[in-house]
Parts: sequence; structure tokens; C-alpha cells
Amino acid sequence: MKLWDCFSTALRALLGNKMRSALTMLGILIGVAAVIAVLSLGSAQGALVEESFATLGANLIYVMPREAGVMGAGVGEATLTVGDAEAIARHAPSVARVAPTAQTYALVIAGREKLNSLIAGVTPEAEWVDNYAVARGSFITESDDRARSRVAVLGSEVAETLFGQMDPTGQSIRIGGRQFQVIGVLESRGTGFGVEDLRVYVPLSTFYSTLAASQAGSSGNTIDSISVQVGSSDGLESAMEEITAILQDRHRIREGEGDDFRVISMEAMAVQVTQVMGILQLVLAGIAGISLLVGGIGIMNIMLVSVTERIREIGLRKAVGAKRRDILIQFLVEAATLGLCGGALGVCLGWIIVKIMSVIATNAGFAFAATLPGYAIALAVSVAIFIGLITGLYPAIRAARLDPIESLRHE
Amino acid sequence: MLELENITKVYKAGQTEVPALRGISCRIESGEMVSIIGPSGSGKSTLMNIIGCLDKPTSGKYRLEGIEVDRLNDNQLAEIRNKKIGFVFQSFNLLSRTTALANVELPLIYSGASNRRQRALQVLESVGLAHRVTHRPSELAGGEQQRVAIARALVNNPSLILADEPTGNLDTQTSREIMLIFKQLHEQGMTIVLVTHEPDIAAYTQRTIKLRDGQIEASE
Repeated sequence: MKLWDCFSTALRALLGNKMRSALTMLGILIGVAAVIAVLSLGSAQGALVEESFATLGANLIYVMPREAGVMGAGVGEATLTVGDAEAIARHAPSVARVAPTAQTYALVIAGREKLNSLIAGVTPEAEWVDNYAVARGSFITESDDRARSRVAVLGSEVAETLFGQMDPTGQSIRIGGRQFQVIGVLESRGTGFGVEDLRVYVPLSTFYSTLAASQAGSSGNTIDSISVQVGSSDGLESAMEEITAILQDRHRIREGEGDDFRVISMEAMAVQVTQVMGILQLVLAGIAGISLLVGGIGIMNIMLVSVTERIREIGLRKAVGAKRRDILIQFLVEAATLGLCGGALGVCLGWIIVKIMSVIATNAGFAFAATLPGYAIALAVSVAIFIGLITGLYPAIRAARLDPIESLRHE
Repeated sequence: MLELENITKVYKAGQTEVPALRGISCRIESGEMVSIIGPSGSGKSTLMNIIGCLDKPTSGKYRLEGIEVDRLNDNQLAEIRNKKIGFVFQSFNLLSRTTALANVELPLIYSGASNRRQRALQVLESVGLAHRVTHRPSELAGGEQQRVAIARALVNNPSLILADEPTGNLDTQTSREIMLIFKQLHEQGMTIVLVTHEPDIAAYTQRTIKLRDGQIEASE
């Protein structure tokens, strides 16, 4: 019996019971979709970490209040001050540049457009430390900061929301009810762990004189995070120790007491993200494993039913000359075809899941370039076929061993 | 053509042994049309299974066209069934989800023949079903289904047609038509063995082998 005949016989049998075949494939389909998602997320995660290092630099340290979230947006009590940032700049020898950032939400109005946006008070160092690229105009300068100028630099998304295709530089906007002049627009980052594209940047001094006053309960000089650039990546460890020592001293934290701040390197943040994604992958891998197992059992179950239903057919086939091997192959191919179809559909579903996750992650500010590597497709489909073959083996052997006389007599 | 020599068959039912055939010896010549009759339990089904190479005798010799069939293994028997024997069953045994054409092609799939379609169409035409080839068994009348089965039996040019109660599920008129097909095949030189319990059907054959209690009672 030729392979093509086996295949067309199998297809005919499966198409003869479309609903049952479809339901049988479901387990494999979900399992393979999860496998695809795992592999695809793995590739995306690698790319994400790499890109974050590339855009932000590996020798970056963040200092945040203990309660702050990963994104740097203040959610807890503000424990850091401008004085802390200045002390780090002055007393930590391994540190090259220090960029404190204070943040608050405020209503931004440009003409008819309104936007409740995150306003970041920054010093000129931020351009270098946080690695901002200016698309139009210029970034905040020393003199802007000294003169408490009412100037603003827009993140790319803010600029697009407020001004569309128009050039915003030179335009007036109102932030928290006060007039500011737009002096620059940042290039879209669309990447990293932050919200850079969604913020409006103003000089830190201006931030305190105009916006912070409206912030209930804030005491003037608090800041939400400090970005620290280390001279060389060799100095990363010592810089973190220096910063911790300086802040513990300034905050009068005694031995054995917990710090009210966190010092975390870019690298450690990447590790954190990797861990979170690792857990996600583990969960998906678990789903994949269980689904594939259940799917395999499903195939075996249906194949056993199918063999029982077709005992007469098997007897007839044997009577007209089918050898054991022919019957074995017929049912194996049928099971493998179930696996193959489930696998192929699973790849499609997995890819859709990854696409949806990409959209969600991108909207949340993550650069998420999930790809579906060819080896992942090949692996997933092979696994599906393999499961079909393994679970189909027992039913196929049973079919092949049937006695032709009894089978023909079977009702 | 076909030679049975002191064939016995014993079935084991737990501890007890049930003899189904007790020393059958007979010859069937090429081109003969023979019927095997006997009451139920006489061993005619067992004998047919052995002649059809579906079962092996417990002892005795069976030669089919000079081949000592009792010495062959399962795969070799499958090949004999495929190439040399055409089966026709009482309940037709057609694959319900496939067309008449595909049903007739089935033995050719296992013999690895080329131009299967052409050959299958040819035999379907010879049993008068050229116009029904794409129909499924459920769309065919009983007589038509049995003709498809006969076409399937003929498709590999067998040496022997083995029919087990081929008219058992058919009315008198249709039975007559089916028997006429067998008669025609016989006139063309085909060797035919018919198992039946109906004397009317046995009357179409030249010779009748009567079985009783696993032995040949008469052969005339």
C-alpha cells in the first residue's frame, strides 16, 4: 500500500466524522498554540532585554523610593529629595552623571486638544543619562533650569496627540493652568521599560515653582527617581554601594533598619523583567504540556472508538488482502493526521495569541517584537505529529491484530 | 486447482475442544461451480474460511493452485487472498462512506496495482453498474450493492470466487439476477464456490458438497 493511499484513506475517514475529528484536535491545538506562544515570547524577551540595554545603556542605575513601581512612576511615599541627588553627584566617585526626575499628572491643553499627561521635571543631564534623542528643537538647557523658564519638551506621543502632524516647537501650551512654550519634541522610543513617549518634560526648577505647588501635601523638593550614569560598567557595583551608603547616611537609617529607597541597576531591572516573563513562560509551558497530554489521550480515545466502530471494515480490508502492516499504518496515519491538523491550526492560534499579547505589551510601553521563528513552527508541528503517532500506536496495533473472521462477523 | 486432504479444525473453548471439521478431503477443478450446503453447525463456514485462506486448518493439507497454503504465514495468506480469491458476502460488506468505484478499487490498493480506476470501471461495467459508479452503498439497492461486491471480488482477476450466502439478504427476483451473474462468470471459465443453505441456490451449481457434523456426507 502506497503512502498516498494511506493518507487519502485516513483523510476520508476523518472527513467522514468532521465534528468528532475537530473536537479531537482541540487538545493538540491548544497545546501547540501554547508551545508557539512560549517559544515566541522567549524570542521577544531576548530582544526586549537586548534593546533596553542598547537604548538605555548597561551602566545605568535607578534610585527610587522603596514603594515605587518598576516604571518609576511614584506610587508610594516620596522619600528622595533633590538634596539626595546632589549628594550622590558630589560624593560618589564612581558616578558620572546624575539626573533626578519629579513627576506629577497635570492637564495639558494645546488649542482645542486636551490631555491628562505625566509631567516630568528634569535637569539637562537627563538628556544624556536617560538617553533622550531630540527629534525637533532642543532639550532643556542649564539656563532654562536656572531661570525657571516656562518651557516644555514633548514626548513623541504627546506631541502627536496635541499637534498631530504640525510642528509643535514654538507653540504655546497650558500645563496645569500655566502657560509654557514648547521648545522641543523627543524622538519616539517605543521601547524600554518606561513611559518616555507619553510624558511632557519641563525644567525641574520650573516644576517646583509651578506644578509641585498644586500637588497636595508635597513638600517642595521631593523627587520620584534618580537616574545615575556610571563612568564605566566596571564601576557599577561600587557606584551602587556608594549611593546606598550616601542615602543611608542622609536618611539616618540605622543598622538593621530597612532602607526607604531602592538602588537598582538597569541590569537588575532586565533580570526582573526576565523573571516575570520566565514565570509567564513557565505557566504557558505548563498549559502546553497538560493540553498536549490531554490532547494525546483524546486522540487515543477516539482512535480506540474508531477501531471498534470499524471492526467490520478492518475485517473486510484483511479479507481482500490488507496485511497487518497495512492496517497498522492506516490507523497510525489517521492519528498522525489528527495531530498534524491540530498542530497546524495550533500554530495559527498561537500566532494570534502572540500578536494580541504584542499589542497589549506595546500599549503598556514595552517594546515587544515577538517573532515566530521557523524552528518553532517545525518543532510544534513535529511534536503534534509525534503525539498522534505515539497515542495512535496502541489503537492501531489493536486494529492490526484483529482476526479477520471474527471481524467480518462483528455486528 | 483446489485440493483439500484430510482437513481438521478444532476450536478450543476453555478446557474443552470442539471439533468443527473432522477430516475433509475433496478436490475442486478449475472452472467448476460448486456449492457447499449443510445445516448450521455443520462446519460449512469453517470450511469456507479455510478455503478462503482466512483461517488455517488444525491438521491436513490444502493446496491452492499447487501452493501449500497451510504452510504460509499471515502476510503470505493476505497476499493469496488479495491475488487469488474474490470474496462475496451475504451482507455485502461494502465501505459505507466510499463510492462504488472506491469500493471496487480497494483490493487493488493492497496489491499496489497501477491504473486502478480504469480496471475498477471495467469490472463495474461488466456487472452492469457503469451508470452507478459514483454512488455510495446507501444510495444503491441491495442487488446493486451485491454487484459492487462481485465487481470487487473480480477486480484482481482471482482464480477463485468464494461466495458466502450471496443471496441471503436479497429477494427472489434479485437473487435470480445475482445467480445469473455467477452463472455467466462460470461460463467464462471462473471457478466458483458457493456456500448456502438454500437448495434453490445450490441448484445453479454443477456439484453440491453436503456437509454434516464436520464431515462430507455427499458430493454429487
